[in-house]
Amino acid sequence: MNLAYRDIRHKLGRFVLTCLGLSLLLGVVVTMAGIFRGQTADALALLEATKADIWIVESGTQGPFAEASRVPGDTRELVARIYGIEAAGSLTLQNVQFEHNGRRLRLQIVGFEPGRPGGPEDLAAGRQITADRFEIIADRQTGFSLGETVSFGRDRFTVVGLTSGVVTLSGDSVIYMTLRDAQQLQFDLAPSAVRKEAARGGQRSGTDFVNAVVARVSKNVPAVMVADEIARWKHLSALTQDDQHFLLTRTVIERASRQIGLFMSVLTLVSAVIIALIVYTLTLDKTRDIATLKMIGAPDRTIIGLIVQQALLMGVIGFIVGTILVYVFRGVFPRRVEMLPTDIVGLFAIVVVVCLAASALGVRVAVKVDPSRALAG
Amino acid sequence: MVESPRPEPGDALVELKGLSKHFGEGQTRVDALREVTLTIRAREVVGLLGPSGSGKSTLLNAIGCIVEPSEGWMRLDGEVVYDNRWLRGNLRRLRLDKIGFIFQTHNLLPFLNCTDNVALVLTLAGWKKEAALHRASELLAYLQVDHRKDAMPGQLSGGEAQRVSIARALANRPRIILADEPTAALDSARAGIVMDLLHRLALEQDAAIIAVTHDDKILGRLDRVYRMADGRLVDP
Repeated sequence: MNLAYRDIRHKLGRFVLTCLGLSLLLGVVVTMAGIFRGQTADALALLEATKADIWIVESGTQGPFAEASRVPGDTRELVARIYGIEAAGSLTLQNVQFEHNGRRLRLQIVGFEPGRPGGPEDLAAGRQITADRFEIIADRQTGFSLGETVSFGRDRFTVVGLTSGVVTLSGDSVIYMTLRDAQQLQFDLAPSAVRKEAARGGQRSGTDFVNAVVARVSKNVPAVMVADEIARWKHLSALTQDDQHFLLTRTVIERASRQIGLFMSVLTLVSAVIIALIVYTLTLDKTRDIATLKMIGAPDRTIIGLIVQQALLMGVIGFIVGTILVYVFRGVFPRRVEMLPTDIVGLFAIVVVVCLAASALGVRVAVKVDPSRALAG
Repeated sequence: MVESPRPEPGDALVELKGLSKHFGEGQTRVDALREVTLTIRAREVVGLLGPSGSGKSTLLNAIGCIVEPSEGWMRLDGEVVYDNRWLRGNLRRLRLDKIGFIFQTHNLLPFLNCTDNVALVLTLAGWKKEAALHRASELLAYLQVDHRKDAMPGQLSGGEAQRVSIARALANRPRIILADEPTAALDSARAGIVMDLLHRLALEQDAAIIAVTHDDKILGRLDRVYRMADGRLVDP
């Protein structure tokens, strides 16, 4: 005869409401874990979409994600001649703010050379950029649709392809266009400014700069060796894909990750305190029943089982419902919520441990209940 | 109405010799029981009477192995359980095996139906579920409350709840039944029915029943009455 189950069935409404409250609380814990993973996934999305082995950036910088970097536009030709380099391509990165259908979007425009490394290889819909000018590939998060035309600067661009989940570490959508379009968008002055520069006799500065060169290395040559070779040139630095991975996850988003981790720990602690208080209150409500059980000869394990099983059941149901709620509504969150099975299993184990620890307070009360309280009128 | 002759008492089931209990020490010492000596036999229904603080609840708790006496000797159902110290490690098992409790407010577990309230004692004693449920049904029928076997305690009248409580006390066939104000919550007619029932049980189950009571209307239905004052038996 399972007393925990019978007691729950007797006060089902209260138990369901308690579980619902707990599910919202534990759902927040699951969400925080999901946001942490989402932030990491966002930070790496552009890096992974690029599928490069080496990032060549301005000397002394760790660009283009961690720091600003600017290298001459012909760097790509130099890099392409190095032993071990299979292909290389230039990249520019630029943040823009943009209104679309009344919605304000922050975007990162990546300029790349079609047919060379740096562009999006995996498209969710549409095709790659084939024209020299005025075509873009946008992430689905922008809300752009295939064939739609949008304006950047003084030009109009046609959306020819869509990616899925290619965002920056801030969660902003990424748009790809040709390097030439991107450079023009980034460096060209407005006509009034050009006229003013001409009037004062100024010379137009060159616009053939890129933020980085990405390269793919032959399978037989270690990327580290090629990166070391490039780094010998005093005006360039080279980072492998692993270096970038490390930089992004351990440096660029480290503080935000630690903050989320700390917040998650505090929430877990709050959950533990709340579960402990709920179990404690439920135990106090049952003091007379516990005294009766002791009086009629029930061993401590029966009474402890009643309390621990209820605490565990509350925690487990709360966690499962909370996780389902987060899974169903994760699209509503402004940032990506990435739910990894390993995280869910890990959090589940933590919730079980928290429930066991939280029930200790109730168990302590129950064990101390004097059976003679059953006789009190 | 002609009363049937009272049955001859049987074996001694509760024997106390010089049982004392005090709380605190020095100036704060309170003597709740002072050298209580008594013997209660099978088939007897005995009452413990006395004003509040006279020690009757402490005596009931001591016999029920809930409160540890300070000194003395106690034998329950042929087993010496206390001789200036407990001689049994697991007192809850002792209660489960030898003692049944009937409470003033019946104390049925509110989350179990009547059958399960009775069967719980048996499952705690190690009975198989089916056998426990069968025995519980038998007892509820014996106490004429089997029509309420699936009802929850909150749905029972006072008399029905008390009968289910008695069924639970009898479930494991204990030979000592301790009743705390068993008729306090009942009117005269129902109190009489319960007392008749206790008499019948004492006779049929060969048990000793000790009832703490303030209820004057049941005094005539007790085989013997012990009056207590200041922790002593004053009128054996």
